[in-house]
Amino acid sequence: MAAKRLNMRKRYEALTRGMGWETTHQPMDKVFPYDTYEGIKIKDWDKWEDPFRLAVDSYWKYQAEKDKKLYAIMDSFAQNNGQLNLSDARYINAMKLFIQGVTPLEYGAHRHYAHLGRHFRGEGARVACQMQSIDELRHAQTQIHTLSHYNKHFNGMHDPWHMSDRVWYLSVPKSYFEDAMTGGPFEFITSVSFAFEYVLTNLLFVPFMSGAAFNGDQATVTFGFSAQSDESRHMTLGLEIIKFMVEQHEDNLPIVQRFIDKHFWRAYRVLGLVAMMQDYMLPNSPMSWKAAWDIYFTENCSALFDDLGRYGLRMPKYHEVATAEAEHLSHQVWATFYNYGHAAAFHTWMPDVKKMDWLSEKYPNTFDEYYRPRFETFREMEAAGERHYINGLPQLCQVCQIPMVFTDVLNDPTMVSRRVSIHNNSKYHTCGDGCRDIFEFEPEKYIQAWLPVHQIYQGNCGGSEVSEVLDWYNFQPEDGGEYVGSADHQRWQEWKGTAESVSDDRTQAHAS
Amino acid sequence: MSTVFLILQDNEDARPIIEAIDQDNEGVVIQYQPGMVRIEAEGKLTVNRDTVSELVGRDWDVQEVHLNMVSLSGNVEEEDEYFKLTRS
Amino acid sequence: MSIDISAKAIPPIRQTYAHVARRIGEGKPGSRYQEATFDLQATTNFHYRPLWDKDHDIYDTGRTGIEMQDWYAFKDPRQFYYSAYTAARAKQQEIADTNFSFVEKRGLLQAIPVEAQRIVREIFIPLRHVEWGANMNNCAITDCGYGTAITQVSTFNSMDRLGIAQYLTRISLILEQNETTGLDAAKQDWLERDIWQDLRHVVEDTFVLEDWFETMVAQNIVMDGLLYPLIYQHLVDELLASGITVMPLLTQFMSEWYAETERWTNTLIKVTAAESDANKTLLSKWASHWNDRISDALVGIANDALDKNGEATVKQVSHELMQRLQKQGV
Repeated sequence: MAAKRLNMRKRYEALTRGMGWETTHQPMDKVFPYDTYEGIKIKDWDKWEDPFRLAVDSYWKYQAEKDKKLYAIMDSFAQNNGQLNLSDARYINAMKLFIQGVTPLEYGAHRHYAHLGRHFRGEGARVACQMQSIDELRHAQTQIHTLSHYNKHFNGMHDPWHMSDRVWYLSVPKSYFEDAMTGGPFEFITSVSFAFEYVLTNLLFVPFMSGAAFNGDQATVTFGFSAQSDESRHMTLGLEIIKFMVEQHEDNLPIVQRFIDKHFWRAYRVLGLVAMMQDYMLPNSPMSWKAAWDIYFTENCSALFDDLGRYGLRMPKYHEVATAEAEHLSHQVWATFYNYGHAAAFHTWMPDVKKMDWLSEKYPNTFDEYYRPRFETFREMEAAGERHYINGLPQLCQVCQIPMVFTDVLNDPTMVSRRVSIHNNSKYHTCGDGCRDIFEFEPEKYIQAWLPVHQIYQGNCGGSEVSEVLDWYNFQPEDGGEYVGSADHQRWQEWKGTAESVSDDRTQAHAS
Repeated sequence: MSTVFLILQDNEDARPIIEAIDQDNEGVVIQYQPGMVRIEAEGKLTVNRDTVSELVGRDWDVQEVHLNMVSLSGNVEEEDEYFKLTRS
Repeated sequence: MSIDISAKAIPPIRQTYAHVARRIGEGKPGSRYQEATFDLQATTNFHYRPLWDKDHDIYDTGRTGIEMQDWYAFKDPRQFYYSAYTAARAKQQEIADTNFSFVEKRGLLQAIPVEAQRIVREIFIPLRHVEWGANMNNCAITDCGYGTAITQVSTFNSMDRLGIAQYLTRISLILEQNETTGLDAAKQDWLERDIWQDLRHVVEDTFVLEDWFETMVAQNIVMDGLLYPLIYQHLVDELLASGITVMPLLTQFMSEWYAETERWTNTLIKVTAAESDANKTLLSKWASHWNDRISDALVGIANDALDKNGEATVKQVSHELMQRLQKQGV
């Protein structure tokens, strides 16, 4: 008798469901203590639709195949000194920020999806989270391995884990992720799988990685796109969990909407770093942040939320602010890092004439009016030997931890936006309505924040002098500051045999 | 109806998949960008196992699409015979 | 423009990341395993306390009684990081897949004697629930554990155990011609049949342990250290002796997996015990407690599975386990 055939769905069900059981020697609520306290009500975990159906053996097979290709490219890149094919060594500064700020998040995701993979009551959801957990470990490790070669030839990438736990600007991504991790499992998965991965990470991994390819970084585009092949599964999980939660119980809707609102804003703020990578750090940018925002956020998310509207979900709160900010974001963030460049482990510089013209073209409503004049002044100061830095310490937003530099783009783009909340007779400052609302909903959480500037003032960061703090960060003098004339720049010129381009850059600065 | 998209790496393995999509989905827009290919359609986009198998000359498994996928948008349906993105 | 400069002409300014150099010494290149393992986990300046565990930080050494100066002292003898791990498993799964297809195509499982089929149905298939438990426990270790040296291994273990559960599932599907009745019956046995109840009790108790290192000892050292030799050596050997060659074929993955994993658990115990007498005491306490409980729980299963000497075989594997641990200093 021939056996009947099992289709993919049935087979996957047999392979992943029915292995768990209702425990009798220990109460279920003790075995799964965390999946009820957020107020999300799940009536029937069996209704969970598996977002993808990869059995473990297929997983091993496909992932090994991907990694084989990836590591082959990594090896050949290192052997052939692939860094020589970059469009310009300025580019590498984006990758410094990547390993300092993004790779640690991949690792955090790895550990916390294991938390969900253990603690969700539903078997299907657990398996999906476990797969994502191990994928995220892959991403952290492939990034470390790919960037390892760059670390051997450029400064600023030498101690990313140490930096991630300490450095002022890295507390922005770190605090976002820890915010999600310290929430309940449903909040975490809404934050990372949905708000971050489904709604926003395309902005990092698609146009930026395409930009990496455009600038000759074969290694990064390979790990980036290879990671994205997993990411597509993760995004699918993000969408599935949202639908699952709102389908399970009507009481879940307002909670889920609040999670989406909060974490959209939290994750969006982190992406300010990506905006600057896209517009300023890619020497040749195939797509501006604004254009990427229009495609990957505005278009894609209105389609997504049209679809989710049937469940009663709406676009995340303050999305219109984010869209208005798209014309300002990269310029404001880059200007900030330019000013504090001596306290960063990557280089900054003023765009040259060609780049400024590109920015004018891509940002016709804002660049010439609000940013070009300031940037030209910076160039002139630099040409006069007075490269501009700010020596004081900035005030940070209590929630996103970014210096208070964002302006009120909807009303007056020249005015810094700030909000004040009072909690237990103390004042807390936030950078706008998005962060303020988050603070006011859970003030007890955000008053705990390890705010780098406060910590420096309290003497917890190696000393009171900037140089002492930078030592504590394990920054080397050659890691930060102006790109032009830096050790990276000099080495690049030696490789390329163009030692006079320092003066070229100066001439250009004069000309502008 | 709203747009769905699938982005694949611009490499040898993805070519037959793109070709199959082009054959089976009327009106898709295929854009080549650095390192990647973005395929957009209104409402629905299907990768059929049989079409790809025909193009590569062997039994192609739908899950192989994961090997070269960069991103997607839409509701995913993954079955033995096809990989489909939809959005009403 | 690319300029052809030979690799020698571009000396690196450093050999590896600083955190790796701090551990292996300056001026040496770090291996992929080292770069992928050392110090990945955040250690300090956490922003918020977990709402779900207000007594601890996100990562906290205080979630176990075991104390280590350096949580990266554990080196996986296999040096598995993600890519090395998946490459190894991809090879093994290819062999397993060939074995399974061969057995399925030729109807070899249906051809074995009724009593052997009974053993497959009533002993092997219910074990998928034990594997599921092992998957959960290893996930718990990744969640609560400290340091990537340990937590990446538990991550790989979680996947392995789910993989093994899926191989057991496939054995049932082959035997029952793709009907899921065998899976349902085995679950019923797991929930109700006498011989499984003590073991199920043990598994459920391991789900609620508060010290993740105890989970590690109970699951990966003791449970596996007893169950794998009992089932995948003694029982499979006994089946082989009676001419059933198909089971060694279908459980090759499990026996190879155990042999490989034992090297890691030996290192784990050795390094932990060598750290301090306090660690040694804790490890001994946990090992002997779980050895007593799990050995007892296995007797009924062994008696049912093995032709004779079920209880004696459990005693033997338990004795061997304790000897093994003694060799590692416990």
